[in-house]
Amino acid sequence: MTEQLDAGLVARRIAGSDQVGEPRDPAEGREVGRARRRREDARLITGRTRWTDNIQLPGMLHVAFLRSPMAHARLTRVDVSAALAMPGVVAAFSGRDFAGEQGSLPCAWPVSEDVVIPDHPPMAVDRVRYVGEAVACVVATDRYRAADALEAIEADYEPLEAVLDMTEALSDGAPAVHEAGNQAFTWRFSGGDADAAFHDAPVVLDRTYVQQRLIPTAMEPRAVVAVPEGEGFTLYSATQIPHILRVMLALTTGIPEHLLRVVAPDVGGGFGSKLQVTAEEVLGLLLARRLGRPVKWTESRSEGNLTAHHGRDQIQRISVAAERDGRIRGVRVDLLADMGAYLMLVTPGVPLLGAFMYSGVYKMDAYDFTCTGVFTTKVPTDAYRGAGRPEATFAIERAVDELAAELGLDPVEVRRRNWISREEFPYTTVAGLTYDSGDYEAATERALALFGYDELRAEQADRRERRDPVQLGIGVSTYTEMCGLAPSRVLGSLSYGAGGWEHAAVRLLPTGKVEVVTGTSPHGQGHETSWSQITADALGVPFEDVSVLHGDTAVSPRGMDTYGSRSLVVGGVAVLAACEKVKEKAKRLAAHLLEAADDDVEFADGTFRVRGTDQGRTIQELALAAFAAHDLPDGFEPRLDADATFDPENFSFPHGTHLCAVEADTETGRVAIRSYVAVDDVGRVVNPLIVEGQVRGGIAQGIGQALFEEAVHDTGGNLLTTTMADYLIPSAADLPDFVTDRTETPATSNPLGVKGVGEAGTIAATPAVVNAVVDALRPHGVRDVPMPCTPERVWRALARSRANDGGTR
Amino acid sequence: MPEVTVTVDGVAYEEEVEPRLLLVHLLRDRLGRTGTPIGCDTGNCGSCTVLLDGRSAKSCSVLAVQADGSDVVTVEGLASGGDLHPMQRAFHEEHALQCGYCTPGMIMAAIDLLRDDPDPSEEAVRRGLEGNLCRCTGYCTIVRAVRRGARAMSGGRDAGPGGEAGGEAAGGPAGGEAAGEPAGEGVAAP
Repeated sequence: MTEQLDAGLVARRIAGSDQVGEPRDPAEGREVGRARRRREDARLITGRTRWTDNIQLPGMLHVAFLRSPMAHARLTRVDVSAALAMPGVVAAFSGRDFAGEQGSLPCAWPVSEDVVIPDHPPMAVDRVRYVGEAVACVVATDRYRAADALEAIEADYEPLEAVLDMTEALSDGAPAVHEAGNQAFTWRFSGGDADAAFHDAPVVLDRTYVQQRLIPTAMEPRAVVAVPEGEGFTLYSATQIPHILRVMLALTTGIPEHLLRVVAPDVGGGFGSKLQVTAEEVLGLLLARRLGRPVKWTESRSEGNLTAHHGRDQIQRISVAAERDGRIRGVRVDLLADMGAYLMLVTPGVPLLGAFMYSGVYKMDAYDFTCTGVFTTKVPTDAYRGAGRPEATFAIERAVDELAAELGLDPVEVRRRNWISREEFPYTTVAGLTYDSGDYEAATERALALFGYDELRAEQADRRERRDPVQLGIGVSTYTEMCGLAPSRVLGSLSYGAGGWEHAAVRLLPTGKVEVVTGTSPHGQGHETSWSQITADALGVPFEDVSVLHGDTAVSPRGMDTYGSRSLVVGGVAVLAACEKVKEKAKRLAAHLLEAADDDVEFADGTFRVRGTDQGRTIQELALAAFAAHDLPDGFEPRLDADATFDPENFSFPHGTHLCAVEADTETGRVAIRSYVAVDDVGRVVNPLIVEGQVRGGIAQGIGQALFEEAVHDTGGNLLTTTMADYLIPSAADLPDFVTDRTETPATSNPLGVKGVGEAGTIAATPAVVNAVVDALRPHGVRDVPMPCTPERVWRALARSRANDGGTR
Repeated sequence: MPEVTVTVDGVAYEEEVEPRLLLVHLLRDRLGRTGTPIGCDTGNCGSCTVLLDGRSAKSCSVLAVQADGSDVVTVEGLASGGDLHPMQRAFHEEHALQCGYCTPGMIMAAIDLLRDDPDPSEEAVRRGLEGNLCRCTGYCTIVRAVRRGARAMSGGRDAGPGGEAGGEAAGGPAGGEAAGEPAGEGVAAP
């Protein structure tokens, strides 16, 4: 028999082997900057995890939802009585049974004056607007019996016409998704005089790009466990946002906030898909209240593909006015954004997060942006890794490559002629953002060298020359992005429903160990490791003496959670700020005990010393002294702890240069990535291992959009890509190794000098890959391939081009 | 209801099960072995991979009754005492996981892969793990981890970062060679 694993022992032992890499300059601290292996791994590699679906409680019931098979219909009758007679069934309900208490799922981002926020019942009552919308539910003693009983529910529908195409949805006479029509909002923004920039411009380029609908596909399916406890409820959910969820559930259900505890246990990835307040969370809570018993719901993958929010789905019309030498005068963007059937938590805000990024890394005189949000009868869209910024970056980076081709210039050279040069920072862009720091020259030079740009261009010329059926394409992407969501004032000015601060608490325990409480809610990002590194340096304590608590509103009562590459640049800095406050308190206590003036006490390496003497107290000694409280300064509370919040004054602007080489078979349409180089500048780095991991994973998702992924519907609005056999996320066999490197230009908007990294790879990669595909096919007259660039699409683009060309190529 | 006898991570169980019960639900819901997660319902993602009589199997695609009389090893049965299996250790050392949801299946599939190819090339690892999906890492570090784990399991001890050739069996006790058998070496720092 296998010995029982001592998880604590494993954690201690792997921690002992984890001091990878040399410490940096001691003046900068021992931990920050070091490639520490993650302390989170111990439980994850041994299966000692706390996924929501693992939870089993006495008397727990299982919930299954009957879902609409129609994209658009009147729901005329739902009869659950036969289901109630099935074995193991405890209860069954229709939407009507909860009509009085289920409220409407919240939208926290009413972006404009004209925005239409339709009622969004968690369970449909009399109308369904997408395939998969819940119309009834069964509660049974196990998941198999709950699923069985769904088949006994009778639901009648009167079909209405599906609304699937955004352009058609906006045309006169289109069937209305909602009473108010199919337009959710319009949002306009401009900087400079676009008419002047486009008037008489020597070059004007017009392009239309389609951001296909994507399914975020976190590996852990969503799961909810709702438990009546005492006067209130505990809700466990595979969520990115336990704090926001608690507020929103209180507002939606009327259950008082102080009687609600929300826990995000181990969460298996999110990528925005778990930045949501879902029907299943609301109904789980209401079912637990109605039945007085714990209930669990775990989605299957196919249920999740149907019902967890999708991402992207925009049609972008971009126009670029330029001089003959490639200098950009101005950019115009007209965007259609598919909201799907309802506005969920931040649905309408997603395209706005891109609105400020269409000027990319470039200087220009004018910029004009219009976005129209459109309702269709598809599952709602919302945040997916990058949320608005990948779309914007794709459009401008694709357009700049097209401009280079139009002018016969090298795409890197066109970028050089337009980008903000290193001595121009801080730089206020035409979109009104002030980029605090950056060095596009350095990142690009490094990337070109690692890539072997000139050699690859020579090989490309050779292959073109000899009409090799397998052509080489080189794609460039010089991206930046705005992330680290915060600042609260700016979010407020954009009508966002909450702030962007983050909270941390740091407390010294009597034995000198340290607990860090964070409002961030990691689901793969490694905050337990990185926040421990920051704390260890700030307090001069061993890394191993720090633990990080998160993801439970009873433990961490304040927070804004994890999304938008905000955790380190807002939450990590809040940890540092709390440490500094603790040190101030400790210093006061040390001065008192050492009978010195506060100003004569200095701190180094975890010890407070009287300047110029060997008299000192370690921070651990002070923690015990505070706990004992035998000799404290007057008015000094007996504890060494502090809370802090951080709300930066600016967004974070990571940047970098990604280069992709593809080989495209012009006979079969097959595209293979030959090499990929990414040089990113994310400011100062707390943990290089974690940063590289974020970049590589981000690139894989960006490649997924470029080459593989698309949510496809049939003409009736049925999702055809409900399984992982149909919706293709890249496997190991689909991807190459990536060459990654960094340049480091510290951010000036936070004391750590850090920038966000969670979304950068995804934002950068998609245009790099598609630019490479188009570059390979350009000698054949191809100017675009719609995403995903599957062999069929590449082949069709070639065939179309040959047909247009009279078959001469 | 049929009765199945199954050994899971060294413990013998006798359970009455519905014929339709999936092995993964037997493991998770009946036996409390929740270390093996479920990521899809079509056998594509591989998160639920276990060793069934020594070979990798997606436990969402096996009925509990089909496992009657079998020996099942899950990720929870790999380590012994405080000693990680070399493949678990390699995943940690190469930062081959982020959210960790695919990790149990990835580790089990990797161990099985090495039975057929004890020293796989990068290409062989990528092809061999095609049936296990990860959404976080981009796979680079997973590939390195599998090759690192392979070197450790074939006797090389803690052989540097991934990508370096194996064969530098620098002393140290030999690790366990059979898939699923915990290696003898500890995980403390060299």
